Amino acid sequence: MTDTNDLPENAADLANAANDLAEKAATIAMQASELIQKAGASGDGFIVTGLTVFALACFVGYYVVWRVTPALHSPLMGVTNAISSVIIVGALVSLGASEIGFSKLMGFLAVTLASVNIFGGFIVTQRMLHMFKKKN
Amino acid sequence: METLAPLAYLIASICFIMALRGLSGPETARQGLTYGISGMVIAIVTTLLLPSVTSYGLIILGILIGGGIGTTIAKKIEMTSLPQLVAAFHSLVGLAAVFVAAAAFHDPVAFHIGSPGAIKIASLIEMSLGVAIGAITFTGSVIAWGKLQGVIPGKPIVFSGQHAFNALLGVAMLLLIILLCITQSIIYFWLIVAVALALGVLMIIPIGGADMPVIVSMLNSYSGWAAAGIGFTLHNNLLIITGALVGASGAILSYIMCKGMNRSFISVILGGFGGEQSSGGAQDDLGDRSANLGSAEDAAYILKNASSVVIVPGYGMAVAQAQHALREMADMLQAAGVNVRYAIHPVAGRMPGHMNVLLAEANVPYDDVLELEDINRDFSQTDVVYVIGANDITNPSAKNDSTSPIYGMPILDVENAKTVLFVKRSLGSGYAGIDNPLFYTDNTMMLLGDAKKMTEDILKSLEH
Repeated sequence: MTDTNDLPENAADLANAANDLAEKAATIAMQASELIQKAGASGDGFIVTGLTVFALACFVGYYVVWRVTPALHSPLMGVTNAISSVIIVGALVSLGASEIGFSKLMGFLAVTLASVNIFGGFIVTQRMLHMFKKKN
Repeated sequence: METLAPLAYLIASICFIMALRGLSGPETARQGLTYGISGMVIAIVTTLLLPSVTSYGLIILGILIGGGIGTTIAKKIEMTSLPQLVAAFHSLVGLAAVFVAAAAFHDPVAFHIGSPGAIKIASLIEMSLGVAIGAITFTGSVIAWGKLQGVIPGKPIVFSGQHAFNALLGVAMLLLIILLCITQSIIYFWLIVAVALALGVLMIIPIGGADMPVIVSMLNSYSGWAAAGIGFTLHNNLLIITGALVGASGAILSYIMCKGMNRSFISVILGGFGGEQSSGGAQDDLGDRSANLGSAEDAAYILKNASSVVIVPGYGMAVAQAQHALREMADMLQAAGVNVRYAIHPVAGRMPGHMNVLLAEANVPYDDVLELEDINRDFSQTDVVYVIGANDITNPSAKNDSTSPIYGMPILDVENAKTVLFVKRSLGSGYAGIDNPLFYTDNTMMLLGDAKKMTEDILKSLEH
């Protein structure tokens, strides 16, 4: 009987530990990317710093996403959908900075597509979250 | 602005992390969404303030057109069609990644990655990966959308030598990336795009409808990796961090979905599941057994006299739009003192968490909706289980018939309840094409008919 009583407690401890880890990972990722900014985006060295950021961000993602309640997995997909359209940053550069017609065209199409996703993704998520209500 | 921009991007990245963190509970989720939107606004405004960005007219036009389309679709879409919508949105991220990579390849100066014909090798590799994953995400998501929407047949499309051919395309892609790095030729760039587009189609067509939740999650993951790939090309940490977050999220959801079906990710990717009729051994000895058929009046009588009821919804409930009638029925029972709860299997519906959204839409409070591991033990103390639009996720052969294709899949143990009311159109097999012995057990009453019509009829009988 003690086993079954301990189980929720252990689970809670585990969740707390995971939470702490996620927070630590987030701080590390922040420090790492700050360091990278200081080092300057001097082209050649970027691949290593980029991989550092990437690996740390994967860990942050891993711990944060495991804490998402299964009931909200659809809104999770909506949000990730919207934020992955942050790719619009690249599209804005090509549309706003390029002098070459073809790159401008590609940039314009990408800005438009990413905007569909940003607006669509956030609004549909908002609609979903709005529906979740507690009893009474 | 040059020095402030990376800091602003960092803040945007943190906002995105907070957005995902907020989803740990429904109360914090809305606040999380605010973080997400703020992060996106910071990212866009920062980019527009970069000194290299000089013209704004087309940018505003693009955002207005795209934003208008996105807003209209998101406001009109039925929650039933959510999986299709998500698949369609994934395809857009993939295509946008292809366009951004193409823009960078044609004008490397604007992106500070070299000059035309002399792009840095590292940038070319990153660009190739970004564009390839983007193109695969694009066509793969279009096919997934077609299957979910019913434009393309849901059953697996297989031909002999399919996997060998896909592997060949994969090898061809690697060769093309090497050739691109050596020659810097535009022909190879577009050949990579073409091969990746073909690969996206070929990877998704052999995958059957039953595996769609995994595929939607997997494409979610791919859209993240594509964004990360572009982030490497553009030396942008925001894109890398966000891409990694989305990639990890999609990967975890795929893993959860695979576990919910007891399938390995590899076997899902290889496809072919859910098309052919079951080869399960249990089928034959079920032939002469008969099912107990009941009417709405019988069901209403049983429900009224129960003290605890668990409702098990599946995708069929969504198709029949029965969730509102179902909630009214549950309200009426609750008003009569019956304890009514809902049980959700991880792969019920066609995308992760789909059932929870549909029930929430019908105003079912989320504290009445329980996940498999939280409710499975309670079935033995439950008087009535009302299965509506679900089938395979209640199939006991997953536990006791080692020849069944779904053997080992975790199921809701509804057969432990005193009575099972099973709403279904006919005694046919489920989405995965597998016969369900539960139909023929003594404590099961089959309510044959449309899910919505049947629930409404029960509602009417309860009112009298």
